[in-house]
Parts: sequence; C-alpha cells; structure tokens
Amino acid sequence: MKARLRVRRVYKWQGEPLRFDRKLKNFEYGSLIISVEGLPRRNIINTGHCILIEGEDEDNPYVAKVIKLFGDEGGMQKKAIVQWFVRASEVPVSKLPLLGRKPHPQEIFYYQGRGCNEEVNAESILRPVQVKQLDGPAAFPDSSDKDTLYVKLSWDTKTFKMVDSALLSPSTPLCCPKACHPNSSPSSLPSGTPASRRVKQRALPTPDPAVIQQAASADHRHTEATTSPGKDGGLNAESLDSKIKLSASKCLGTKRKNASARTPGVRKRLELHSPEKKSLPFKDALSQLLDEEFESEVELAQKLSTSPPQLLHPTYNLTPRGKMHTTPANSDSISLKPSLVIMNKLSVYDMDIESQTRAVSSLTEVDSESSLVPLAAPKPRTSKRKSAQLVSSRIKKQLNLLDEQQNLDSDTEDEQEFVPSNKALSSSSDDDEMIHGDESVQVKKGRRCTAGTLVPRSKKNLSTTRTCRKTPNKKGAANTSHTPRLGTPTIPSRLIPARHPVNILEVARTRLHVSSVPESLPCREQEFQDIYSFVETKIIDGTGGCMYISGVPGTGKTATVHEVIRCLRNAANMNEIPSFHFIEINGMKMTDPHQAYVQILEKLTGQKATADHAASLLEKRFTNPAPRIETTVLLVDELDLLWTRKQNVMYNLFDWPTRRHSRLVVLTIANTMDLPERIMINRVASRLGLTRMSFQPYGFKQLQQIIMSRLNKVKAFEDDALQLVSRKVAALSGDARRCLDICRRATELCEHSATNTSTRRLVGMNHVMDALNEMFSSSFITAVKSASVQEQLFLRAVIAEFRRLGLEEATFQQVFIQHQALCRVEGLQSISVSEVLAVCQRLGACRLLLLETSRLGVLQRIRLNISQDDILYALKSD
Amino acid sequence: MDVPYPAKSFQSRVIMSKRKAKGASKPIGECISQLQKCLRERLCHNRIPSQLEASEAQHKHLLGLLQRTANNGESNSVLIIGPRGSGKTALLKCVLRDLLQEKEVQKNLLQVHLNGLLQTDDRIALKEITRQLNLENVVGDKVFGSFAENLVFLLEALKKGDRSTTRPVLFVLDEFDLFAHHKNQTLLYNLLDVSQSAQAPVAVVGLTCRLDVLELLEKRVKSRFSHRQIHLLSTLSFTQYLEQVASQLSLPDDFPDREFALDWNSSMRRFCEDKSVEGILQRHFNSSKDFCSLHMLLMLCLSRISTVNPTIKPADILEASRLCFSDAKSNMLHGLSILELCLVIAMKHLNDVYEGEPFNFQMVHNEFKKFLQRKSSSVYNFEQPVVMKAFEHLQQLELIRPVDGSSAKTQREYQLMNLALDSSQIIEALHKYPQCPTDIKQWGMSAFG
Repeated sequence: MKARLRVRRVYKWQGEPLRFDRKLKNFEYGSLIISVEGLPRRNIINTGHCILIEGEDEDNPYVAKVIKLFGDEGGMQKKAIVQWFVRASEVPVSKLPLLGRKPHPQEIFYYQGRGCNEEVNAESILRPVQVKQLDGPAAFPDSSDKDTLYVKLSWDTKTFKMVDSALLSPSTPLCCPKACHPNSSPSSLPSGTPASRRVKQRALPTPDPAVIQQAASADHRHTEATTSPGKDGGLNAESLDSKIKLSASKCLGTKRKNASARTPGVRKRLELHSPEKKSLPFKDALSQLLDEEFESEVELAQKLSTSPPQLLHPTYNLTPRGKMHTTPANSDSISLKPSLVIMNKLSVYDMDIESQTRAVSSLTEVDSESSLVPLAAPKPRTSKRKSAQLVSSRIKKQLNLLDEQQNLDSDTEDEQEFVPSNKALSSSSDDDEMIHGDESVQVKKGRRCTAGTLVPRSKKNLSTTRTCRKTPNKKGAANTSHTPRLGTPTIPSRLIPARHPVNILEVARTRLHVSSVPESLPCREQEFQDIYSFVETKIIDGTGGCMYISGVPGTGKTATVHEVIRCLRNAANMNEIPSFHFIEINGMKMTDPHQAYVQILEKLTGQKATADHAASLLEKRFTNPAPRIETTVLLVDELDLLWTRKQNVMYNLFDWPTRRHSRLVVLTIANTMDLPERIMINRVASRLGLTRMSFQPYGFKQLQQIIMSRLNKVKAFEDDALQLVSRKVAALSGDARRCLDICRRATELCEHSATNTSTRRLVGMNHVMDALNEMFSSSFITAVKSASVQEQLFLRAVIAEFRRLGLEEATFQQVFIQHQALCRVEGLQSISVSEVLAVCQRLGACRLLLLETSRLGVLQRIRLNISQDDILYALKSD
Repeated sequence: MDVPYPAKSFQSRVIMSKRKAKGASKPIGECISQLQKCLRERLCHNRIPSQLEASEAQHKHLLGLLQRTANNGESNSVLIIGPRGSGKTALLKCVLRDLLQEKEVQKNLLQVHLNGLLQTDDRIALKEITRQLNLENVVGDKVFGSFAENLVFLLEALKKGDRSTTRPVLFVLDEFDLFAHHKNQTLLYNLLDVSQSAQAPVAVVGLTCRLDVLELLEKRVKSRFSHRQIHLLSTLSFTQYLEQVASQLSLPDDFPDREFALDWNSSMRRFCEDKSVEGILQRHFNSSKDFCSLHMLLMLCLSRISTVNPTIKPADILEASRLCFSDAKSNMLHGLSILELCLVIAMKHLNDVYEGEPFNFQMVHNEFKKFLQRKSSSVYNFEQPVVMKAFEHLQQLELIRPVDGSSAKTQREYQLMNLALDSSQIIEALHKYPQCPTDIKQWGMSAFG
C-alpha cells in the first residue's frame, strides 16, 4: 500500500584526494559532500565528524564518527572507516541493567566491541550529527536541545566504562554539522535530532516542493541498493501512491499541529524511550492523538482507495522502532523484542479507544524492563468475544506473562488491529530512511498479506482466526495463525527430584551415557583443529564458506562441531574474535527439505513464514549488504535428506556463503564421503567446494581413550574389559555410541550379579561378554531352537523341498507334502492344511520365512530368511 | 458361549441335594458364574498375571531400565522382541504395573502409547504424542498446525527439558517394525535422538515380533538405538506347559466359595493328568507354544461348563481341540452343491494329471463330462451355463484363483485358474460330505480321472 519515500542523496568528494594508498589502491579524501537532489542545501562531512548512518531502524539511525574517507581508483566506491557509537536501544536489553541507571534518550555509548564492520559504504551516511562528550558525574544538559547526542560511557558488549577522553579527543566538540542553511528536506532538517526529525516533519506543514521531490526521487532509490539492505524492488510502483499520501500527511500534519501544538509525536516517542519523564500532559496529548489516529484508520480500513483522509501514523511505529533493533551482539533478544513491542503497541491501540491514559505508563514500564518481561496490561476489561477471552487467557497462562487480564476487543477491532500495524510499518518506511530488510519485503506484499505473515508471533496470538482467514496469502496466514508455537511447549517438570547416582557403577553409568557432555573430545583433536581454524578465519575475515564433513554414524561429527562452536563462543566472549550467530538445522528433524528455510529464518530472526517466503527473505538477507552484520555459522546436519529433485535447497545453502555480504559459514554433515559426487548436480557440488573432512571410524585405542576420558578416573571397569569392548566395537563399526551402550549395559549386568554381595565390584570380562552377546548375537538361531515342534518340522520341510527342487523358493503346497511326510517319519499325528498354514504364518511373522500375502493360501511362495546351515545347526543341537 | 441357566435356583437345589457337603456354601450356579468370570478374565488377557514365571530375567531387566528412567532421568531405548503370543505386551504391562506401584514413579512418569497399526504415519503419530502428553492445551483451540510445525513443536518441547528437572516420558511403540516403514523414519530418529542427547529423559520401548527388526532401521537411526534387545523366546518344555495349563485353570485362594474352589482345583488336577487330555495338549504344544492358542482352547472348554456339567471333562477338550484344528477350507467344501463338488474333483484330477498347471473352465467341464459319460447317469447332466455359474461360485469362494496376469481380456471360459486347495482337503471333505453319492465319492478317491 504505502511506499517509503526516499530522498535521493548525491555523494561527492570535496577537493582533491589527500593521499593515495598504493597497496589498497584507494584515494583518501578529506571531506564528503552530501547533497539532496533538488535542494540547495549541502552537508559536508569531514574526517572526525560524527555522522548518522542508515541502519535497520530508521528512527534511530546508527551513530558513528568518521575516521577515514576513501574511494577507489575509478571513483565508483565511496567508503568510510568509522568508529561506532551505540544507542541505548542497541544495547542488549539484558545488559542494560549494567548501566545502573536509566539511559538518557540522547545518550550514546562509545562502542568498543568487536564484530562490527568498521568499513561502511559512504552512501549509507545520512548526515552529520553533533556528539558531545560529558564527564562521568556531569548531568545531561537540558533535554530540550535535541540536536546533540551525548557520550559518557563506552560499551564493549560486556560492560560500560568511562570513555577515555583521549579516544574522542581529535575534535572534542565531536562534530559540528555543517548544514548550510535550514532546509525543508527531511533528510537534513537541522533542528531535529535523529529521533525526532521525522515526526517533526510530519507534525509541521511541509512545503509542497519537498513532497514532490521526494516522490520524484523515489524511483532512484535503486541506485542506493548497495547501501540499504532494507530496500526492495517492489517499492517503485508504489511511489505514486505514497505521493498522494504525503500530501495527505501534510493536511493531517496541520490538523495535528492544531490538536496538539507541542508535537506530541515527538514527545511520545521520547516518552516511551525515557521512562523517567512521565508527565500527564503528554499522556493526554497522546491519547488525543491516538484517538485521531484511530479515526483515520477506521476510514482506511473501510476503503482501501488512496484518498486524502488516509493518513500516516507516525505515532504508531514510535515504540517499536526504537526497540526493534538491537546490537548485533545480542542475538537472542532480537527475536523476542519485536513481538513484545508490537504487543505493546496493540495495547496502546486498545486502550486509546477507551482513552485509557494509563497505557503510557504501562508501556514505559515495559520498555524499560528486559525483553522477557511481560507486557504490563491495562486494567481488566470484559471482552465481548469469547474466543478473544479464551485466547488471551491462554496466552496469559502459557507465557506466564500477564498479571492482569488482557482482552481483545470486538470483531471489528480485531480486524483493525492488523491495519495499524501494517500501516505503522509502511508509514514508517515512507521516509528517506531505511527499515529492516525483512520488513520492507513484506511491505511490498500489501497490507492484508502482511498482517498474516509478517507480524511477529505474540501478535498473532492475539489475532483471531477470522482475520487471518481473510488474508489473501492463505497458506502463510493459515500456517502462522495455526502455529502451535503459542507458548513455549515444555514437558512438565518433575514433582519429585531426580535421584542422583549413589554407587560407583551408577556414577560410571551416568558418565557413560551418550547424552552426557564430556569435558573434552579425545581422539578428534585434528578434526577439531581443522574445523576450528576454518570457522575462526571466516569469522575474523568476515567472509563466508562451506565445509563438508562426512563419517559413519557415531564418529563424533556433530559433537565435534558443537565443541568447536562452544570454544568459539568462549573466544567471542573473551573478545578474541568477533561475535557470531550459530544456527543448527537437521535434515532428519524436518518433514520436508524446504522446511530448512523456515527453520533457518526462524532461528535467525524469529520470524515465521512459509517455505517460499522464508527462502526469499533469506535470499535478501544474505544478498544485501548491511553494515554491522555478524557472521552466521550454520550447521546442516544430515545433509543428504535435504536433497530435492531440483536440489535448490542445497544450491541455496551453498550459494549464500559465496555472496559478498553474506558472512555465512555453512558446515554440512552427512554420512557418505562421496555425497557431493553421488547426489549433487555439478553446480551444487561446485559451490560446496573442496573443503572436506572425513571422520574415520574410531580405532580400538581411540575408543578405549574415549571411555577412559568419560569415566574420568572413576574406577569401574577392569582394563581388560575395556579393551575387549573397544576392540569388539572397533572391529564391528567404530561407532562410539555402541561402545558406550555396551559399557553401560555391562555395568548393569555387573550390578545385578553383585546384588548379593555389597562389596564393590568392577565390571569384568564376563559382564562385557554378556552384554556383547545380548546386543550382537543374532536371535534367529535361538528363535529356531525355541520354536515349537511343528514349526521346526516345517522349517525342515522347507529345506527338504528346496533341496528337492534345487531352488530357493517353493510354494506352500509343495512344502506341505514334505511336511506330511516328515510328520509320518516323526510319528506325529497328521496335521491339517489350516494348521500348517498357521505354523507357516507364525514363522513368517518372525521373519524366519519370507512369505507372499496370506490371501494366496496354499499357493503362496515361501523363501527362507536365514541360511539353511543355521537352521540345521539349530535343529541338530537339540 | 455362555450357557444360560433357565431354572437356576431349581437346578442348583437339585445339585446341592446331590452334594450334601456343599449345602452350607453358595448355590452351585453362582459358584459357576463366579468361576467363569474369574477364568475368563485370565484367559482373555484382561487381568495382568501376578507374575510371569517364564521371563523373570527379562522382567527384571526392563523394570530396572524403566526405573532408572523414572527416578534418575536416564534416557534409554529398548526393543522387546518375540514371536506373536510370546508375552511381550504382558511383560510390559507387568513391568508398568510394578513400576507404578512406586509412588515416586507414579508422580513423575508420563506415558505415551503408540501402535504401528494405528499410527500409520508420522503425522498421526505426532498428533497422538502431543495429545497424550497433554501438550495440545498449549497448542490452542486451533486443531493443529501443519506436520512440520507439529514436529518442530514436539522437538522443542523435548529439547527444553533436561535430565534432572523434567518429567520422564515413556514411549511405548507397539508393532515397532511398522514405524520403521514411515518416511525417512523421522519419528524414530527423533525419539532415539532425544534418548541419546541431553534433553528431556525418555525411554523408548519398542515391541515387535520381527527378529530382523534392526535391519529395518536406517544406519543413523540404528546408531542412535542403544541396541538393548529383550528377546522373549519361550524355552518351555511340555511338563512346564502342562503345569501352566493346570495353573491357568485352577482357582485362586481368594475365590468366594472356598470349598467349591478346592473341589474344582482337585478336579482340574485330575483332568490334567488324564492321558487323552495330555495327548491333546501335546498336540497343541507341538503346534505352537504360545499361550494365545492355549487360551483359545481352554476358553472353548470353559464355555461348555454349566450347572449340568460343572467340570471340564476330557470329552470337552477333545471337542474344543477338534474345533480348533478343523480345516477351514474343507469346512467350506461341506457347503458346496454336488455340481460344485464335482467340479472341484475334476480340478483335482486335472491337477494330478498336469502337475499343478493352471486350467480353464473348458478343461474342467470336459473332465466333468467324461465322468458323466463313464457313469452314463443323467442325474448330473447340466447345461453349460449352469456349470459356468457353479464355476464362478467357486471363484467367489476363492477356492480357485485366476492366474496372475491372465485377467480381463480372455473369455471367461478360457481364463486360467489355479486350485487353492490341497488334495488332502478334498478327500477329507468327501469323507465328511453329508450323503455324498457313492459314484462321486469313488471318482474323487480314485487316482485317475
């Protein structure tokens, strides 16, 4: 529906290159001029200036200081090396309490963490900004001055520290924006801070030329595609639409100005971000504003035509915007936040209808708390709908989030709930800034569709089926709304605590269980090293790559990779390497190869989508460059199950790492060594590359070492016994799981045999032998031995008939004649056909015989599933 | 077949007067109905036996295993393998009963029972698991999500747990081999994977009669299976079998009428020592050692008990055995018309002549006509359509089967058929056929048509 309008900015170097770097072949420049097309005003950026860089969240663009500006020889690429600052909203919510106080809305932190790309595309620079450094104890200056951002502390992804003023020294008034003159262009409004700028633009009447320019420039946005991950091709068509809307927004802007002269939008946003500032007038203004908003929305919901009354709703995206982006360092919270925030938004929406001003306070509370904290609900209200009540109560129960009851409104309101959220998204994007890439994709898909697919999870919970049914994107909507992942499913926890192992055998058994995580992985040092260095270099370089790991089951492939990831995580925590994001999928744990996309997307962003949609979102994500993206390590277990006829899943998985900006490392695991040659078509195999590793089956010494290291000096086994186990398993399969299982069984046998004597006993050879026999001996011979007389006779008849025919197959009728003869020889009563048929069926059920379908009766053919010698041996020893 | 007691009070009084010693106790009719109730429960597997003599070790093994899962949160997987009727389910039921007597286990253990015959694919199985784990209240009022979502959902639920804090879940997979035929063996892989990783503690117990079940598992699935197998292969000797019969038939000590019980038990002991009974049981034992068929036999005996006939006599078991062993196909032959029987005999002769090669209607009809000419009796002279009808009736009864591949195109008269009967069955039927004409009998018995 609504397109985001972007101003086309022109970037030019100012002056001659300062120097030429021969090695890197680039020219360094002193300053960069940013001019907005069609406007006289120019921004000049010099080294040392602080700038705003477009990011995922367009209300809060990234802040950074320019360290170096350079371009390549041809003048095609303009780059800048920057020192990042982070906003309070980018700091992971879980870490915010470390600050010890509420962050000031204009406070930013000097970023000392790693894992951020310091080289940015100069074309992502929005404009300069003023950053001031404050001393530790100094209070923040009056917040009414919104142009400036303040630095007090630094943030290194773990702690806040005082900023060494030397760090910022080169220009202590860090930045002086060289805006030449005030301009009506939204991108360069000098009087607005980044946070408030856009809202102001809406709140104030905008001159027509600007609108036209914006609209006109919309089709140029593609040229900026490299700088903006969020952009997407579908927007162009909508620019006309947005033009109209913009002019509409102007009208409303005027109106709203009258309604709330003190630019409530700005205030509200700040309000939501800075909980310490709660003042009633604001709330009133807010509710007023929201009321107004609601009216316009109703209109919008009713007629989808682009008529003037359709308005932008800057207020709606205020809260979420700020929250939506987190520092890349904290990946976990990313998925949680959007949903929470949208819930907040919903509640605002709900309440503003009833003019509940309390909403603001509840919202602010939520915002200031950690992402896991429930949304504080407004006071209980009786719902008109049962299902709404039901849904809400379930949410309450499952998430254990709500203290108070959260209800939804009547049908109509339910319907509309989607609308604002879409519009919030789309309206937020019709500025010159960018929003998160994923969202922009969905904006294109139109409002209704977005409602079904895009809205994060908890929002969906609140929605009713009815709305979802209406969405045109049926599959996606149905999937998402019917998702069983309302809460977090758990098996209930036990009422009586688990017992702990008491004796040494039990301790040994616990340690030997395959599931117990060992302290180290012996015997895979080389493989560990190889994988570790492979992944580490990729993470450090910020590049991508693929690796194929093969090996028979139970040789520690997955365990080694997990160990590598664990070590890398530790390293990342120690700041030795940049932080990264680890995702694991397993071909066996999905029902269809295409589900891989869905699972990756969900683990990456927390979004739910259909397979096709997820594929396109991922494609976008890994194709478009985004500053400050962290490396993703993707582990694909049981790769062979991702095979499809066209092999597009595998193709994509291996193609993404080759993209320039993807920063994706793919580790694939499968059993067969020559999988790439056997099942992959050339273009897939070629992309997988030649980085392969094969895990050999464990030898007996290695198996022994594994058991020893697991036991970790718990003396429960005789040495000979261990050696027997490991030799036996090494000879059979080299499967460590088998080895551990045998050992476990042996401890049990030992325990049973030792019940009479309370003395400590070691697991000896005999126990291990017993365990081995139990697990590996074929039961066919025992089964034949324990079969009834007639069954044994029948087997003999089968063999006799086979010998007579010289074939390995006979019909029942033929065997029956032999059987009768044998009966007479053995002096048994003759036996009817039905009876023999029953005997035959019983043998067939145990698979001693292979039979045709029993409908054929006497005509069915019989084969043996066990060698004749085995049968004769079993029968002879009777 | 329950024998009704039309004049219960009267009859019981008659019998009571015969057996004066029992005068003080309950009326005989009541005793017998109590007896039938008690024994039927036992024979129909409604009551779990108090203990399984034959499988002490297996019981101990399985019980220990499940106890560790329930109490220590240790994940396990095990297969119980044995031929049909070998007591796999009984063993499991027994173990579960003993296990649930512990209060600690009772409070903790969650159970999921699946059957390969019911849960024919993973989608259904997943839904059933979700239902039995009572997780669907988390899923919500929506029926269920897609298969993929269900899987993710369940795996997530299991993954959330850990060894010491989550309630252990017992998965019982009856007809385990059928689960191995599901696509990719997704369910088995995931269940066994959970049992081998640090997630919610689970015990996966599979029951199957296929001895080669491990070969059905895919290598990854097989590697994740712990290879614990409990084989239930009976090593019962005939004397033990007899003892079992006696104990199956004897009344427990807590039977309401003690005197009747003692009486009954001693009569049963005598019954089991009877030579003819022993012979019949020996024949049963030779045929199959499993208790299902024995129970079937005893059930037939039991239902013959009435107030008139208050104990099992050797004649009863003889009759029951005859019922059990009677040949199904030759029973069917009894119901055929003379014409149909003639056709069957003609087929038998054709089979003898052509050594089992298939025949068609014309051949049979010719053979039949030859017989008629020889006997020159016109009693059986039927028109061809009538004979054809009889032939088709035989096909409907599946006494003859069309040969594979020679179906629709050929005319009915020339369609090739196989006889699905053995000659011994035909001869047996001829012997028993009521008022079978002698010439036909002779024709049937003769070696050559």
